[in-house]
Amino acid sequence: MLKRTVPLFITGIAGAILIVAYFSPATTNWGEVVTDWMNTLAAVAFILGGGNLLFVNLEKISSKRPGWAYALVTLLAFVLTLAFGVLKIGAVPNAQFPATPWAGDYESVRAPFGWVYEYVLSPLTATMFAMLAFYVASAAFRAFRAKNIEAILLLGTAFVILLGRTAAAAILTGWIPVDGPFAFLRLDTLAVNIMQYVSTAGTRAIMMGIALGIAATSLRLILGIDRSYLVSD
Amino acid sequence: MSALKFQHQAQRTRNAEEERARRGSPVDSQAESRVESRVESHVESHAESRIGSPAGSRGASRGQMRLSTRHTRMRRARTTVWLILFLAGGIGLAYNALVRPNGMAQVYVERGEKVYVEAVVAPPLGAPSGEKAATKWLPSDDAALIDGRAVANSAQPSIKFTETRGIAPRIARERRTAGDTNVTLSIVDTLGVWIAAFFTLAIFSFLWRDNPVYKFAESVLVGVSAAYWMTLGYWSTLVPNLFAKLAPEAIKSWSMPAMIIDPSEQTTQFILALVPLILGFMLLMRLSPKGGWISVWPLAFIIGTTAGLKFVAFIEGDLMAQASNTIAPLVALKEGQLQVGDSIGNVVLLFGVLSVLTYFFFSIEHKGRLGTMVGKVSRVGIWYLMITFGAAFGLTVMGRITLLSQRLEFLFGDWLWIIDPANIR
Amino acid sequence: MSTQHTQSSNAQHGPFIRFLATLDRRWIFLAMMLAVGTPILLQLRPAETAGPLSTATFDVIEALPAGSRVLFAFDYDPASEGELQPMANAFVHHCASKGHKLAFLALWPLGAQKANETAETILKPFHPEYQAGVDYCMLGYKAGNEGVIKVIVTDLLQVYQADVNGTPLSEIPMLKGVTNIQAFDLIINISAGYPGSKEWAQYGTSAYPDAFILLVGTTGVQSNQLYPYYPAQMKGMLVAIKGAAEYEVLVNGKYGETAAILAAQAAMSATSGGAMKETGVPAVLQEGQRRMGPQLVAHLLMVTLIVLGNIVYFATRTKGAAR
Repeated sequence: MLKRTVPLFITGIAGAILIVAYFSPATTNWGEVVTDWMNTLAAVAFILGGGNLLFVNLEKISSKRPGWAYALVTLLAFVLTLAFGVLKIGAVPNAQFPATPWAGDYESVRAPFGWVYEYVLSPLTATMFAMLAFYVASAAFRAFRAKNIEAILLLGTAFVILLGRTAAAAILTGWIPVDGPFAFLRLDTLAVNIMQYVSTAGTRAIMMGIALGIAATSLRLILGIDRSYLVSD
Repeated sequence: MSALKFQHQAQRTRNAEEERARRGSPVDSQAESRVESRVESHVESHAESRIGSPAGSRGASRGQMRLSTRHTRMRRARTTVWLILFLAGGIGLAYNALVRPNGMAQVYVERGEKVYVEAVVAPPLGAPSGEKAATKWLPSDDAALIDGRAVANSAQPSIKFTETRGIAPRIARERRTAGDTNVTLSIVDTLGVWIAAFFTLAIFSFLWRDNPVYKFAESVLVGVSAAYWMTLGYWSTLVPNLFAKLAPEAIKSWSMPAMIIDPSEQTTQFILALVPLILGFMLLMRLSPKGGWISVWPLAFIIGTTAGLKFVAFIEGDLMAQASNTIAPLVALKEGQLQVGDSIGNVVLLFGVLSVLTYFFFSIEHKGRLGTMVGKVSRVGIWYLMITFGAAFGLTVMGRITLLSQRLEFLFGDWLWIIDPANIR
Repeated sequence: MSTQHTQSSNAQHGPFIRFLATLDRRWIFLAMMLAVGTPILLQLRPAETAGPLSTATFDVIEALPAGSRVLFAFDYDPASEGELQPMANAFVHHCASKGHKLAFLALWPLGAQKANETAETILKPFHPEYQAGVDYCMLGYKAGNEGVIKVIVTDLLQVYQADVNGTPLSEIPMLKGVTNIQAFDLIINISAGYPGSKEWAQYGTSAYPDAFILLVGTTGVQSNQLYPYYPAQMKGMLVAIKGAAEYEVLVNGKYGETAAILAAQAAMSATSGGAMKETGVPAVLQEGQRRMGPQLVAHLLMVTLIVLGNIVYFATRTKGAAR
């Protein structure tokens, strides 16, 4: 009952309120309240995530599992950043309320928390993503093969986009007159048209398919047909 | 054969290692990299088995011996390469920081002391008659205090603090030469630039191979980002949107002094805020070893709400809206003139959407007249999809490269000071 | 695969094919590093001309009457700033040059920081008349992803009672009388993924088609999925760094050397007591165009790599098949 029936009931009611709220202006407010609760829970989920990270790493360190030193690094980074942020250590005083220290700005680069963002978090995340440029190059060299007509289309389009969206387009096809009958062969125009018409057609059909899938899944959840998220007794 | 096996083994280990490392990293396209590494491993092993290594046909033991000497030689060569690289880098850095005029990686700040006083500010001229004077904190040099619109409250002591702001190095140097003592080199920020450069290079070091420096940087990233999200969730959502409704007076005096409390709504807000509070506690029970099942309640709530939101949004924004967006005039006219380009475009678009949908949904056997036609249209649908994926690939490459150029700009600009597009250093 | 087979097939290939087929991926990494790094060091910068999408985006902001309310949603983080920050800078500069009133919010935790940075680098130096809390305000980040959009589209105060400084929204002059985001004329979303442009289109312009205009600036990776919303749900779109560079060309063409910018540069020169340090269009407003140099060389490298990869493929395949 508590483990299965109540959760099914909660899912059904929450989902139904939001759908009803859409169709009836009188119930818009219900939808707002319920969604606002969910937004608050999303913030609690960050705490859950942090707590989870804490426990996992503490366990790793205490049992001296392989790589526990890295777990210690993670833990230290976590605790320090959290202290800087939640306790607003060294926060820049709020000019409008200088007498209220807890109203201070902890995100300013002059505060330790902001400093961590600027010089640790920001370069780390940015570089992590920049690494993908290398892997995508390596993958292109090894995996992009013109095996059949489908692969040739994929490859050809990639070429047009890669060349058409840089100055290479002007170098290679800049000589074709813009207002002539062959203007569409200019790489930059070709890239724009592929994006706007051909690739949009493909994406649009994919989107419509996904939309149907999501609507079906949502209904299954709300009606209690899909119960995979429940714990087994 | 053994050499071949060894190569395969090495390749597999490398791929597995990379995959492990990537899985740990908070990269959005985990799937992308996983697929990539799988594809690469497949393609590489394919290429290798076709081309092979010359050692492949030798006897097993001889091959192994050759391999081990080759391995040692390669390791030595690698060590030498690293040594040379580090030495060259060190010398270059030392030259750049110490010998080159103006050096590198310096951050300057300007400090100034600010005094704030509590003052009673008269309502502005022309304000409605009901408006009362307000008590505010103002900088002591505020115009209102000087021209008498605001009167400082002498009972309340003033508050002093130092305000710091960044300043372009070139200007900073000039002002320091002119004897301005408020402008100083910020040790904390300069150190910060070096730390940022270290972390950037640490992540890049993974390109050579997985190594402790990379793992260290990755571990820091995991810890810092979890704490960052948690802090932001706490200060930006939990405090103002939950705690402020549960205990408005306390939160107002603690951290939100400007908060407006509406007594008529206080009770309703309190009751409504109890729900996420309770659900929140239940969600946190997930951390406890026994009460984990209680967290299914808030989870059920989140799933239900998300399902309700997505159901409407996807039907409306993606299914209906996209269907209606596709229905464009096949003969496009503008001021009575036929637009050839747009007309062709609209036909291509409509046919594309229909053919891809045919490929997705009509999975009838491609026999008979209808079946053959469906088969042909589906085939065109696949071509459309291939073009779509090709375009997506091209644009993805474009994005990834930009991110790399931004990181190199940081290294060459902010850190090494080799480039200076804004002419500020 | 037998060893004889490999040996014989190996013997058939020239050294070039063998070299390519066994090429260590680190050489490719090095080539990419050089392809991007060298143009940055040489400050290679090809000329840009604006395409139709960027022009449409520019025209929307141009057409709004001065003093319109614009809501910025900074839904990205440092991971995508290489692509998106130039757009953010140009968007904010364009809107401020037109005298629009700006509010900033974020659905990504780090987005709020990006909004602060943009105000610091664009509004403070080039639009000194813009007062924080009066002409622009920082609403900050809220957790909840699309849930936030869903609520603020009908009730802003339910989620945002105050700005980041704690000032109640009712006391912010530009938000007087605003009860939900339908009171804004334009929403500009700079997006790196979920939640972002797709959600603004779904919960914003799809649900309330006539309430406001939506413009987006997006990363290359997700732009494919956003094209279908143009032009019905999104009136304009800047796609990847190319979109940013094109838009910069348009904005700088009209607002690159405004009186305020020239005054800021003169003031900078005066405080330094030296010659003017930066003249003309500020470098921060040309970031996108600068990044098109490395982009060109790196794209050419990508094309070369794909071609070389296929040469290996066909060389090994045809020889293999012929045997």
